[in-house]
Amino acid sequence: MRKERLAKLLFGIGALALALGISTLVLLAAKAPPLAAYANIALGALGSWDVAANVLVSWVPLVLATSGLLVTFTAGLWNIGIEGQITLGAIFATWALRALQGAALPPALAIGLAFAAGMAGGALWALLTGALRTFGGVNEIFGGLGLNFVSTALNIWLIFGPWKRPGVASMSGTVPFDKSLWLPTLAPGSRLAPASLALALAGIALVFVLLRGSYFGLRLKAVGRNPRAALLLGIPAERYLLAAFLGCGLLAGLAGAVQVTAVYHRLIPSISSGYGYLGLMVAMLASNQAPLAALVALFFAALNVGSIRLPIVLKLDSSLAGVLQGSLVLFFLLGQGARQRLLERKRGGRP
Amino acid sequence: MDVRVELRDIEKSFGPVKANAGISLDIPSGSIQGILGENGAGKSTLMKVLSGFIRPDSGRILLDGKAASIGSPADAIRAGVGMLHQDPLDFPPLRLVDDFVLGRPGGIGPERRSAAAELARLAGRFGFALDPEGYVDALTVGERQQLEILRLLWIGARVLILDEPTTGISLPQKEKLFATLRELASEGMTVLFVSHKLEDVEALCDRAAVLRQGCLAGEAEPPFSSEALVSLMFGKAVELAPKRRLEPGRSVLAAKGVCLESPRLRIQDLSLCVRSGEVIGLAGMEGSGQALFLGACAGLARPVAGSFCLEAEGLDMTGRSHLDYKRAGVAYLPAARLEQALVPGLTLGEHFTLAEGGRGLFVDRKAAAKLAEERIAAYNIKGRPESRIEELSGGNQQRALLALLTSPLSLILVEHPTRGLDIESTIYIWGKLKERCAAGSSIVFISSDLDEILQYSDRVLVFFAGRASPPLDAASLDVERLGGLIGGKGWDEIEGKAGRA
Repeated sequence: MRKERLAKLLFGIGALALALGISTLVLLAAKAPPLAAYANIALGALGSWDVAANVLVSWVPLVLATSGLLVTFTAGLWNIGIEGQITLGAIFATWALRALQGAALPPALAIGLAFAAGMAGGALWALLTGALRTFGGVNEIFGGLGLNFVSTALNIWLIFGPWKRPGVASMSGTVPFDKSLWLPTLAPGSRLAPASLALALAGIALVFVLLRGSYFGLRLKAVGRNPRAALLLGIPAERYLLAAFLGCGLLAGLAGAVQVTAVYHRLIPSISSGYGYLGLMVAMLASNQAPLAALVALFFAALNVGSIRLPIVLKLDSSLAGVLQGSLVLFFLLGQGARQRLLERKRGGRP
Repeated sequence: MDVRVELRDIEKSFGPVKANAGISLDIPSGSIQGILGENGAGKSTLMKVLSGFIRPDSGRILLDGKAASIGSPADAIRAGVGMLHQDPLDFPPLRLVDDFVLGRPGGIGPERRSAAAELARLAGRFGFALDPEGYVDALTVGERQQLEILRLLWIGARVLILDEPTTGISLPQKEKLFATLRELASEGMTVLFVSHKLEDVEALCDRAAVLRQGCLAGEAEPPFSSEALVSLMFGKAVELAPKRRLEPGRSVLAAKGVCLESPRLRIQDLSLCVRSGEVIGLAGMEGSGQALFLGACAGLARPVAGSFCLEAEGLDMTGRSHLDYKRAGVAYLPAARLEQALVPGLTLGEHFTLAEGGRGLFVDRKAAAKLAEERIAAYNIKGRPESRIEELSGGNQQRALLALLTSPLSLILVEHPTRGLDIESTIYIWGKLKERCAAGSSIVFISSDLDEILQYSDRVLVFFAGRASPPLDAASLDVERLGGLIGGKGWDEIEGKAGRA
């Protein structure tokens, strides 16, 4: 067992080295100094309290999306539709806040309701994908992808249509909410809200506990790994698949609501910011281990935030972070495949 | 056109299983060679070696006395060996003519028009009604075979292998197929006809080779004797332990007039009443309908007509889901343990927890560990609660499967309870199953091992091409008679008897 863990670690380090190698090649091809680029990313992510706080700001939605994906991955589902679920969460939260803005509710209650609405929106979108899959025979990848496009269109339509700014509609989104409805932050000017941090930690902790020790988690695992055997063991597989979608949708919707209430204070066109897709990579890289996923998410968030410095200092595009993240996941999966083959050859089983 | 096929010491193992243990066979050109044997005897492996789908571990293939190196199906085609698979390897969404030209080596733009003319000409020659512009998925299984035969002829096959070609085709189609094969053989084509149906081999073949457990058990020439072929296929009868007489108990499961359909099979009007404590064996070649029926008894396949009742409970279960059956005390143990019954990646202990289906939100780890230890000891499983299920050996997986059964159960349905297991595990598994019977459960099981069927069943149902015999008293059967029935011989007698009764 220990040997296995060591081998896993070695393969992980190898993947990281290879990913760094690829990014270095990309940098060299772009005639940029690699070391300076990496140094700037590190500086951009950890150089001051401010940027470190920004890392946490982007960690919150990423970790919420990832926690949701851990549930669907456990059920053997490829919930590509998570992007749309985040977007719907944001839309529902915006709708709730717009509706409550005039009412004389205590802000805490209004924000709480917005979170609830966001979760409902994400859950609705996820259940739609789930229903298409279990009752309509539409693979969740295609259903989710389709609904992603629908959610984007819906978002744009709302921003440029019914919810447009007075006067001229713009890509900068809807009118910001009243300041009283912003999620309170640590310091004025900062976007790091302790409440959102607490929600993210609670989300990943909840998923960790559920998947580790509960009947629900165990049954979900069985359904994900072998639906036929799960049925013979007396588990209603379809119901558990839907439950997985529901759980993921709730967390993704929450991520969307956080983006609206704590970060942007309005609805913007690309409100999901790709956190759903990034979450898929995090979950894959963390091999579905919740604590590890939280760490990997932190690393990815740091890369994202750190690379913002690149265009300013080195006139490089900030998409380098994406190159690093993407190649890291690829090499990690490649390493897993290679390890599997090696093991099989050792055992001398059938090819 | 004439090709003499010689197989020399073909060996092929899959893991610990020797599928072909040194088989040598000479087949003269222009003859129809029957290849007989029960499931797992090594027929398909041998044919796949000859047609390039499987590389043998050792051994040689000679075509016309010259060593042929056949490493892939393409090599085989180049050497003139074509195989017609049990499930035709064609492309259902295509037009016939496109399917026809696909396998032909050559340029980028297939010459559709000349191919269509060629297809029509060949079809005309053998009297097949095939429209080149029709679609493959509109064809019956028999017509798809015809298309495939023409295709193989067109791309130059001189040795034709047919794997169980008479399964799923109609009688006129079968007659046409036989006539075609005879004509081809008379022109010098070498035909290898793989089947488990004695009557087909007897009606068609010039010679027959019988495989058993990976070895050539013997060869025969016409006139064939069914008894001799059966004993070659199944080996000698073994002495059986004396059996207790069963007191007819209350009815546990009643199937009435059940009709089932799968793409390849139709089962019609099957009735069976299972009594408590009884063991019923379902015999037959694989794919003759017994698995379909067993699945239907557990709610895993939906009957087209007829009804299932769990009568002890007075329950009409027709059309209910497996979960409902399970709640009513029916358990189903499939043959593919790791694929269908166990969850790879989960531990033995987690399986017990899942099977027991505890209440509450969180798993009580202590209780779960205790339960696992108890079951592991009770069923003598070589493994620990934290061992992953796929790390156990086949015998231990099967023991685990039995240990997962909850109590009480009214009916246990088992596919191949001891397939692939060693003697020790086999005896152990049946000991445990018999304990269940003594506790009042009934067992219905499928096996392709005739001795197992005869030894453990009280009554036997034989399946042949979707037809099921009436329940036969196991004491009235022997290996020879059962083997005959499985191969489609002696059905008139039992059906006549049932008709009179």
